[in-house]
Amino acid sequence: MILQDKMVIRSKRQLADRIMEMELEGELAAEITSPGQFVHIRVTDTYEPLLRRPISIASYDRDRRRMTIIFRAEGRGTQILAEKAVGISVDVLGPLGNGFPSGQPKPGETVLLVGGGIGVPPLYQLSKELTAAGVRVVHVLGFQTASAVFYEQEFSALGETRIVTADGTAGEKGFVTDSLRAHPVDFSVYYTCGPTPMLSAVQEAYAGKPGYLSFEQRMGCGIGACFACVCETKETDSRPYVKVCSDGPVFPAGVVAI
Amino acid sequence: MNRLAVELPGLSLKNPIMPASGCFGFGKEYGNLYDLSQLGAIMIKATTLEPRFGNPTPRVAETAAGMLNAIGLQNPGLASVLQDELPRLAEIDVPIIANVAGSEVADYVQVAEAISQAPNVQALELNISCPNVKCGGIAFGTDPVLAGELTAAVKAVSSVPVYVKLSPNVADITVIAQAVEAAGADGLTMINTLVGMRLDRKTGKPVIANRTGGLSGPAVKPVAIRMIHEVSRAVGIPIIGMGGVTDTGDVIDFLSAGASAVAVGTANFVNPFVCPEIIRELPAALDEIGAATAAELIGRSHRV
Repeated sequence: MILQDKMVIRSKRQLADRIMEMELEGELAAEITSPGQFVHIRVTDTYEPLLRRPISIASYDRDRRRMTIIFRAEGRGTQILAEKAVGISVDVLGPLGNGFPSGQPKPGETVLLVGGGIGVPPLYQLSKELTAAGVRVVHVLGFQTASAVFYEQEFSALGETRIVTADGTAGEKGFVTDSLRAHPVDFSVYYTCGPTPMLSAVQEAYAGKPGYLSFEQRMGCGIGACFACVCETKETDSRPYVKVCSDGPVFPAGVVAI
Repeated sequence: MNRLAVELPGLSLKNPIMPASGCFGFGKEYGNLYDLSQLGAIMIKATTLEPRFGNPTPRVAETAAGMLNAIGLQNPGLASVLQDELPRLAEIDVPIIANVAGSEVADYVQVAEAISQAPNVQALELNISCPNVKCGGIAFGTDPVLAGELTAAVKAVSSVPVYVKLSPNVADITVIAQAVEAAGADGLTMINTLVGMRLDRKTGKPVIANRTGGLSGPAVKPVAIRMIHEVSRAVGIPIIGMGGVTDTGDVIDFLSAGASAVAVGTANFVNPFVCPEIIRELPAALDEIGAATAAELIGRSHRV
């Protein structure tokens, strides 16, 4: 069920350049159903900035009513959120959207998780759930530069983790697809979240393989009413479009036209 | 006595609050969050004869105390609205105002005739002011002759009262208002969004794929209040006011300016529970200013 909750900030820390991690506590966390869902946060009580900010959920503990969000403090709204003090509450709407189906791979199988930049966080809870189910995970995480890298240790604790940076200042140099070409991984399913060109490149590289892609699009309402975040689909008969906020943000490979 | 009740042509409303067209879909999403029967009415999303995909993305951009949108009237088309959306809403005790859009007069007429016969549609909102479509929309809303002709054509086939949604993107909005009143409009809804643009500071290019979008939110409220004030003096038909409504104070302002009911648009995106919250808080807001009923505030600004 979608709740509008005043969630209390229990902790926060800066993970990398402009990248913030925040742990929030509230009833809303108990409603999260799958990794890859997101929340819509109102950062002020005033009109400025006006709209909520969609932020992905990096991990959650339903029993403890806690969830961790990771976001880039880039625009004014996310900067205001980043400056909020531990102990105060924020207006959170969620959980929103449909996340990754983590139940598909069988124990012992290998799966590939490919993340890019601020698309990396939703893969963390997915990886935790997959590894807890006995699935072997390989993470390939792309960032612009060394100072933007985060959660390397957290992902490494769950499975093989490759860091790729565009400028080569950390890990391998290039894009995630360069790394995957140079060192192929034998896997059954892939999951990916990041910039659209990266999603497109990964989908193309593994055409025919089962996979799940998490999309990002500018949103108005976050619940499917405003039609701001629609994407055209490849199925032109009954479903010419999908809404990223309420039909996604995660879609099986081949559904969204990219 | 229900202090919040207001009467308009075709609409006996239990309260004057309704979500504005385009900001509420066909009610399904918000219906998952609260009981829609609390609302005075629902203005459903624009319906065109054929399904429309709308404009390319990005379709929205934030601005100071507002937002730009260029959705482009995306909707599933008349047949789907009649078959799926309206019957689902008919299970809820709430009057529906159906927003009718088209590319040419014949489209409008066909949609208006069919949708006005749906049992739960109690009024039409004639969309002659969408700034985000190339054909139809604002082209009709900025020319008093075309606006009048379209209004008369739709009135001739509609089995429910017709409200015409006015554009603020004109030099003198009273001219259009008087033209559609003369053509038989039962009421007006106003204002639609103001055409605006936001540029990406890094690239200098417009942020919205359509280049321009419609500005809404608190930033446009003074424009809406001024125009409702002007139009309510110039015509004898009632107005459903909208444009930046976010709380009970805004509702009082819109009624005072001359609106008989108030629609809430962008604020639904900021707070999805804003409509029921305003309805719940409105009696106390009336008490605060010594008003017995919401209706007695209508046009108050003209009496002082």
